[in-house]
Amino acid sequence: MTDTSNEPANVLEVHDLMIEARPHGAPPIPIVKGVSFDVKPGQVVALIGESGSGKTTISLAALGYTKPGLHFSGGEVLLQGEDMELVSDERKRQLRGENVAYLAQSAAATFNPALKIGEQVTESAVLHGAMTQEAATQRAEELYRALELPDPDRIGGRYPHQVSGGQLQRLMAAMALVSRPSLLVLDEPTTALDVTTQIEVLKAFKKVIQEEGSAAIYVTHDLAVVAQIADHIVVLYGGKVMEQGSAEQIVTNPQHSYTKRLMAAVRPSPVAGLGDSMAGDHLRDVPALEVRDVTAGYGKGADGKPLITVLRDVNVTIERGHVVGIIGESGCGKSTLARVMAGLLPASEGEVLLDGHALPPSVKERKREDLQLVQFVFQMADTALNPKQRIGDIIGRPLQFYHNVHGRELREEVRRILDLVELPAVFADRFPAELSGGQKQRVNLARALAARPEVLLCDEVTSALDTIVGANVIELLKNLRDKTGVSFVFISHDLSTVASFADEVVVLYAGRVVEKGPVDQVLSPPFHPYTRLLIASVPELRVGWLEETMQTREALAGIARGVTLTDVGCPFFDRCPVAIEGTCDKLTPPTREDQSGHGHYIECHREVVELGGAGATAPA
Amino acid sequence: MSEQDTIVAEDAGRDVYDELPDAPPKSRLRLSWVGKVSAAVVALWIFLALFGPWIAPYHEAFFIEEDAAGNYFDDPSFMLPDASVSAYLGTDYLGRDVLSRIIWGARTTIGISFAATLLAYFVGITLGIAAAVAGRLTDAVLSRIVDAILAFPNIMLGLIIIAAFGSSIPLLIGLAGLVYAASVFRIARALGQDIMVQDFVEAARARGEGLWWIITREILPNAAMPLATDFGLRLVFVILFISSLSFLGLGVQPPISDWGSMVRENMQGLGNGLSGGALASITPAIAIATLTIAINLIVDDISAHAGGSLAKKMV
Amino acid sequence: MMWNMVLRRIGVGIVLLWVVSVLIFALTQILPGDAAQIRLGQQATPESLAALRKDLGLDKPWYIQYVTWIGNLITGDLGISNAGGATISSLIGNRIGNTVFMTAIVTLIAVPLSVVLGLLAAMYPGRLLDRIITSGTLGLIAVPDFFVAIFLILFLAVQLGLVPAVSYLSGTESFWKSIYVLALPIGTLVIVVSAQMIRMTRAGILNVMSSPYIEMAILKGVPRKRIILRHALFNAIGPIVNVIALNLAYLVSGVVVIETIFAYPGLAKLMVDGVQTRDIPLVQACGMIFCSTYVVLILIADIASIMSNPRLRHPK
Repeated sequence: MTDTSNEPANVLEVHDLMIEARPHGAPPIPIVKGVSFDVKPGQVVALIGESGSGKTTISLAALGYTKPGLHFSGGEVLLQGEDMELVSDERKRQLRGENVAYLAQSAAATFNPALKIGEQVTESAVLHGAMTQEAATQRAEELYRALELPDPDRIGGRYPHQVSGGQLQRLMAAMALVSRPSLLVLDEPTTALDVTTQIEVLKAFKKVIQEEGSAAIYVTHDLAVVAQIADHIVVLYGGKVMEQGSAEQIVTNPQHSYTKRLMAAVRPSPVAGLGDSMAGDHLRDVPALEVRDVTAGYGKGADGKPLITVLRDVNVTIERGHVVGIIGESGCGKSTLARVMAGLLPASEGEVLLDGHALPPSVKERKREDLQLVQFVFQMADTALNPKQRIGDIIGRPLQFYHNVHGRELREEVRRILDLVELPAVFADRFPAELSGGQKQRVNLARALAARPEVLLCDEVTSALDTIVGANVIELLKNLRDKTGVSFVFISHDLSTVASFADEVVVLYAGRVVEKGPVDQVLSPPFHPYTRLLIASVPELRVGWLEETMQTREALAGIARGVTLTDVGCPFFDRCPVAIEGTCDKLTPPTREDQSGHGHYIECHREVVELGGAGATAPA
Repeated sequence: MSEQDTIVAEDAGRDVYDELPDAPPKSRLRLSWVGKVSAAVVALWIFLALFGPWIAPYHEAFFIEEDAAGNYFDDPSFMLPDASVSAYLGTDYLGRDVLSRIIWGARTTIGISFAATLLAYFVGITLGIAAAVAGRLTDAVLSRIVDAILAFPNIMLGLIIIAAFGSSIPLLIGLAGLVYAASVFRIARALGQDIMVQDFVEAARARGEGLWWIITREILPNAAMPLATDFGLRLVFVILFISSLSFLGLGVQPPISDWGSMVRENMQGLGNGLSGGALASITPAIAIATLTIAINLIVDDISAHAGGSLAKKMV
Repeated sequence: MMWNMVLRRIGVGIVLLWVVSVLIFALTQILPGDAAQIRLGQQATPESLAALRKDLGLDKPWYIQYVTWIGNLITGDLGISNAGGATISSLIGNRIGNTVFMTAIVTLIAVPLSVVLGLLAAMYPGRLLDRIITSGTLGLIAVPDFFVAIFLILFLAVQLGLVPAVSYLSGTESFWKSIYVLALPIGTLVIVVSAQMIRMTRAGILNVMSSPYIEMAILKGVPRKRIILRHALFNAIGPIVNVIALNLAYLVSGVVVIETIFAYPGLAKLMVDGVQTRDIPLVQACGMIFCSTYVVLILIADIASIMSNPRLRHPK
């Protein structure tokens, strides 16, 4: 484990670190149970683990900081030879910002809303006496340029709420780097971002870290991200190190069974042939659910149209027993579409058809039988389950409500449904707070299944879950599809998840369907330029992917740009590498069908043939 | 990186690494010792309010006469069966036993305040939840009415209404009930709106549940705990409000004993100092303080248990 | 955006003032017997009643009476007190200065005191000073105003004889002499108002202190003093101004009890006496003054919190 003596001294050495929580009037709970690792100069060490692994707690220990309620209980954290557990508060204050700097997960929350960005970026360097205000401001501007932030001369004079999330994330990097620390601690810095924004930020981070030559600790749950940026990987579980080694070795040849399991849960990148497509099976004359020319949004304008239009002229068909995946970046209208289907948000135009008959737009006017057949599964099981009701009552209610099942029969049925979602029967007597995140999500699914629906609307049901737990829920969904023959509308921002589960894919952009069709067709050329961008942005689990991707035309044109909602023209116009000036920004694009005849549609001014060839550097 | 760098921990096998359990279930509510003492104090006052007339040495309107040497004469015909002979806390400006009047007063002060708070809660919660659920027009109308009530400082509203209608116990209950119903309305409405937008309520709506189910099964159980804690605080405000009116001579009218009026009636005694007649004015004030501080401490204890989120909402 | 919200809020304030005036005016309409009846008593002849009614405009419909009343109110003609027949404006004129004087002194002492103590408590949460401040103020906000007053009277005036127990001003005293005479009512009000303000200031700052950007500042190695004064206070300033305005509004109520206890010849004492003698025109006039002050202070509190929001102050 220890290196030979002629190598440069380590920037950070963590030996047998132990941290415990000391709750009031209860025995201490160990959080970090003897963790050791080193960070060499210029090296990027990734701490990878799921929630509860202690990865954030360990990374903060490098700054000699513990969250309120946590305490160091053993081991040492040597930052350039100084033990951060023991140094005086005054010395700690000097080291922080000067020698070691921290980047948090949510820049939006970590920037003080009342102070200008420039002041916050330069504050640490100036306070520590490392630079004058002028020098620090100049250095910050250089960093803004290096991080490819727009308007570097003036962005420092703005307030945090005046810039975008991706920009804030990069500004936080500038804040950390101003006083040239020898160690950077990055805590899930890209997790809260959209895929297309994520790679831009990742690239900026990687470039700056290389240029500055500082060492870094990179905390994340995402192996694919780690593969792009880390030299060395430490795999954590339950406050202990499971395995550590070079990035190459961990990614290509994991040893520990936990690491292997983690790798298995990472979904492969979306390419054709992945999904176990069922196109052609189960087909009957009428689709289970159909959305026709729907326009919807929030607020009510004077003319009866919504104030903010989120969906425009959307057409989607869900065949019986099929899984239709709906993808797009945040704000593209995915959830709104599901809410329109469920009647929670009445469409202002167009209609929703169930088994061929039109449903009233609002849930209030729909008949109980219709409601029963279309069930909604919410994203956050935490808030979707009433904390004051027992699991048995939560699952039992739809049975009572739709099927008039009572008493013994009800208990039997609840037990059967719990079994269906692979939960033990004793859970019926528990409250949601007594369950883990994955278990709550299963209860959430169970409640929808209890209604015996035809269509299940799943809104980002795995995005709040850890990698392995999420993968297990997807497995469960596949089983349920096979066992029950229910149709799924599966909404996700994660293209890989959709690709591995869906039969058909609908790609939404700015409230419009830009491409749809069987999953294999959509994932192989010809692509809509936006689909191509999405596919290109999903990190692959191999070292070196990031550099290759950043060279593609899609990436150069479309990454890290805001979505604009437009009434005229194609909304993707300003991010599109193949946009036609004068056409794409003026006219609504036509819907073109692919030659294959499998129902693959692309909404674009370019001919299907052109799209097949355009953007030559298709991902591997 | 060399291969020697790789370290693999002891492997417990593939199936062990399941999802880590969530936070342990919440511990049950345990009062701190301060909370326990406070609860005992409140319990004592409630006991006295319920059974005071049978415990107090004298009737609240009974005059004890005093001879030149400071000994008391007792007229047996006025005495209650088990009455003690001496007045432990002295007599008031009319020669009535202060201790007895405090015990009797507990009934008046706590009774009126409790009734008024109950009224405020009944009206406030009903309308507040109705406003949160019904939305738009109902909400707008009710909220504007509440705004109008809250545009008056509480005590001003009290003064103006008492000036117009005179003071009586039912009026005091109605007045305090109305004034505080307005603030309960605001809290209940805010809570209701918070809960209304939760996904589990949305899930119930998507299921097609009726309004009654949503209110009684989804909203109220989740609003119960914060509202119960708030009840304690609201009760303190009502006690202070009623006592202040009584202190101004505009609340409970003689000869009924009431803590606020007792402080006022015996204010002259303050001038004689602690050894003189000050006790008659000080002790009822202390009675109010013990009750209100104790309730406040209990609420504080409970909200500290709930993670302070409650306290934040109610500051 | 921000100015729109402020204007809107001012509009709401004006509407509230109007509603308050209508409700206060409505009192005269609800009561059995009108001002003429009350002034002349039970033995009045119908002729003299009718004459007085005509004289007072009581024969006109209620909305005309309302407009007249409001018009008079604005021009300072507040009518004649039922008791004694003095003009209300002269009664109020004699008293209002006293109340303004006392509350101004209270404000000058209480506001800086509260902000400093609240800040100190928030800087060292859980330490001895904080514990003393929090438990002390918790006790004080739970007791009635008169509780504080009678204890101050008993100990400072009666037992120790330091200050007078009754606050009578003849109007000829020097400034410092006035302060001496008013020591107890001012002290009581300062204690009562500050307790609430200290707690809310502390809570406001602690709330900010628990936000992620403060944690970030700690991790940047920013000194504690700067964290409090630059990062926390800057964000807490809106809530604090809000708290101050709200508590000054609370003074409006506090002054009622305190003036009565100390027999201080202020506006509130005048109003309480008016309530006891059921002198409705006097109560209406005083009520209007107090309620308007209250509404204006609450309005200021709201505007302060709108103005202190950086998102509104610096739009995109």
